[in-house]
Amino acid sequence: MYDVIIIGAGVIGCAAARELSRYRANILVLEREEDVCAGTSKANSAIVHSGYDAKNGTLKAKFNVKGNEMMDRICEELDVPFKRIGSLTVCTDEKQIDDLKKLYDRGVQNGVKGLKILSREEVLEIEPHIGDEVIAALLAPTAGIICPFKLTIAFAENACRNGAAFAFDTEVKNIYQDGDGIWHIVSQDREYLTRTVVNAAGVYADVFHNMVSEKKLSITPRRGDYILLDRTAEGYVRHTVFQMPTQLGKGILVTPTVHGNTIVGPTAFDIEDKESTATTADAIEEVIQKSALSIKDLPVRQVITSFAGLRARENGKDFILGECEDAEGFFDCAGIQSPGLSSAPAIGEYTAKLIAEKLSLKEKADFDPYRKDFLNPSKLSLEERNELIKKDPAYGVIVCRCESVSEGEIIDAIRRTPGARSLDGVKRRVRAGMGRCQAGFCSPKVMEILRRELGCSLEEITKSGRDSYIVRGRTKDGDSK
Amino acid sequence: MMQYDIVIVGGGPAGLSAAVAAYDKGCRSILIIERDSELGGILNQCIHNGFGLHTFKEELTGPEYAGRYIDMVYERNIEFKLNTMVMDISPERVVTAMNREDGMFEIEAKAVILAMGCRERPRGALNIPGYRPAGIFSAGTAQRLVNIEGYMIGKEVVILGSGDIGLIMARRMTLEGAKVRCVAELMPYSGGLKRNIVQCLDDFGIPLLLSHTVVDIEGKEHIQAVTIAEVDENRKPIKGTEVRYPCDALLLSCGLIPENELSASAGVELSRVTGGPVVNESLETNIKGVFACGNVLHVHDLVDYVSEEAKKAGETAADFVRGEIGESTEQEIVIKAESGVRYTVPSTLNLGRMDETLVVRFRVGDVYKDAYVSVYLNDKRIQHKKKRVIAPGEMEQIILKKSELSAFDDLQTVTVKIEKE
Repeated sequence: MYDVIIIGAGVIGCAAARELSRYRANILVLEREEDVCAGTSKANSAIVHSGYDAKNGTLKAKFNVKGNEMMDRICEELDVPFKRIGSLTVCTDEKQIDDLKKLYDRGVQNGVKGLKILSREEVLEIEPHIGDEVIAALLAPTAGIICPFKLTIAFAENACRNGAAFAFDTEVKNIYQDGDGIWHIVSQDREYLTRTVVNAAGVYADVFHNMVSEKKLSITPRRGDYILLDRTAEGYVRHTVFQMPTQLGKGILVTPTVHGNTIVGPTAFDIEDKESTATTADAIEEVIQKSALSIKDLPVRQVITSFAGLRARENGKDFILGECEDAEGFFDCAGIQSPGLSSAPAIGEYTAKLIAEKLSLKEKADFDPYRKDFLNPSKLSLEERNELIKKDPAYGVIVCRCESVSEGEIIDAIRRTPGARSLDGVKRRVRAGMGRCQAGFCSPKVMEILRRELGCSLEEITKSGRDSYIVRGRTKDGDSK
Repeated sequence: MMQYDIVIVGGGPAGLSAAVAAYDKGCRSILIIERDSELGGILNQCIHNGFGLHTFKEELTGPEYAGRYIDMVYERNIEFKLNTMVMDISPERVVTAMNREDGMFEIEAKAVILAMGCRERPRGALNIPGYRPAGIFSAGTAQRLVNIEGYMIGKEVVILGSGDIGLIMARRMTLEGAKVRCVAELMPYSGGLKRNIVQCLDDFGIPLLLSHTVVDIEGKEHIQAVTIAEVDENRKPIKGTEVRYPCDALLLSCGLIPENELSASAGVELSRVTGGPVVNESLETNIKGVFACGNVLHVHDLVDYVSEEAKKAGETAADFVRGEIGESTEQEIVIKAESGVRYTVPSTLNLGRMDETLVVRFRVGDVYKDAYVSVYLNDKRIQHKKKRVIAPGEMEQIILKKSELSAFDDLQTVTVKIEKE
């Protein structure tokens, strides 16, 4: 019997697990995929919003501002790359100036600090490649950029460090409560019992909520297509540059990432299929076209990949948090679309507190809030690096040349808990395959390291779990090799 | 700090040939640094034949061709380090490298030869829409998995791009029992060698769809099908021409990119056309004592030409170390690429440092039939050679004679162009 079962190991589920692991409780996270951070959490703008955009009084506004404030401490404790580079929301039309001022006022009411409206000249000084039509911009200095993979992985690792458990490749098929108030969670191959449930299932949160509640939710995935530019374009854009928000969201943004790439997107298409993360040619074209409004001559030829993510947009438009009214012990974290990543620490903390209260959980004396990131040998001096290689020669072997990732880092990524079990799992943890050749050279080598570490055959290695096998059987004389 | 006269970055065909040539020119302090576990570079996975017709006058497989040069390196006792990655090259020619045994170390070199080769353009850079499942490989990665590791990557294959590796892999996968459904090529012509189209596609009945591209990829976990459409003259897909091809592997052979991250961080000037360093007649970059050859300089069609070019780089590097090529006082002559010629290597020459002859290599940007390759000294045409076909997939060359150039009054530019008549 568990005290809490969390459905979904995205950033919200992992944040909740980490915050719950402060308490004496038996915690399990169930995840359909082979790894954490495999859904919406892996495919988004990788930014921390300041919080001016959400309407006053909404949960989005409250948790965004709170989450933003918490981010420094969280990222320090969990050793996650986070930079407050500030955001600029650019206005390209005289008629929109009033709307820009409204955004400013809304931000002030939401409690966002340091907001300022800049003239074109002032914008140019801090963002030299701004579009020709930009006449003014709202500067939000508290906005930042973050590695969403690292944040999710760090929450998960720290939760495990403090006793939480994860079960991957586990798809929840049914949920029901028995006469004693115990929740039964039925997966494809077993049944778990728990006193409380956290529904952090992203675009599927409505499905699970509706299994237990008469107050139905409906989540319509809103697809966002992005392109990612090579690090050679680093420095071209210095802030997260938004366009004026519309009905469909905050529009196409251009932002640096914490790793020196440049991300451009997202589009916004409401779709039916909760699995449809396919990009389309028109959408990619739209991303490129629209980015030109805010940033001039963006080097879009230096694209290294394009992708699409699904925002879990609930039709009531706000986050749905807290205990379900007609299902005692069932806690929703549903409808977590933007600013979900920014709000994650606050949502995790809030949900954990509700459950702790519900179950009268006691805080642990030995909770360890700290987690160390994977070593980045390129930050070491020559002497330090040689010490490291002497101790562990795997750090002397570069596997991914584009991102300069050593075998030592990859082994660490696999051996941690929860560890990488697929090429994408390695990529999200230590960036092998994330660079400009997109794993062309390193994938056979990473596959071999995974095979060795996991003690399986090469045929069992996947790109991202389930049926994403990379090789299928031997060649005619492959066995002799 | 270790010291060598010449440090060669890369132990593939270019690096090996440069090392042998530098040795034969009298240099005895040479170090080849190779990141893989064997010398020979990408040739080791090119198990098909067709290599060496120019160099050895016989037909060899890739590993055999590499083996010839590896033997020459062994015979001369030229030093090399395997499994060693060069991390940095400074403008002062200090090479920082790293491996398991030695850790990170620095080498002071009198001359550096860049021979890092090239990499393949990945799916992401092509903006192919659709899902991002497993089963999509650049052709060279597939070649490695099949030929070196001995694993099958699919049974029903579609290939996008008709670069040489893609063509070779079409045949290879067929011989391994897979069905190669088609090769789609965005351009109206192939980027590969004519002989590879004949021997790898035509001989096996594999269709080559020119002016076609992949417009959708299906399969969330593993690839299940691609949709291929015809493109118009602006390379935009034509609606209504889409055909769906079920497949379990998509190979990409859509261009090679010289791998010049190290060169760039050393301050080497790169050509926007080739992606490789801008070099003079000595294959020297803008950084004194730093030379470049092979696919890191510009992508070659035949390895024989890589060896030939690298020999030149090795020789001039050896001369440089001995102080036999220095600053020339003579004016630098610009070699211009015009009307159809995309680039030339080298792009400048200095008569004082030029050998009796100079091979200038180039590629064209389109297919030309019954056209002329012309060479002009200033405005005067000195070469006018008719060719039946000139195609982007094949590297072309002209040869300049020092005697002819020296005799020309006030020579400013040499221009290479394609002319209809």
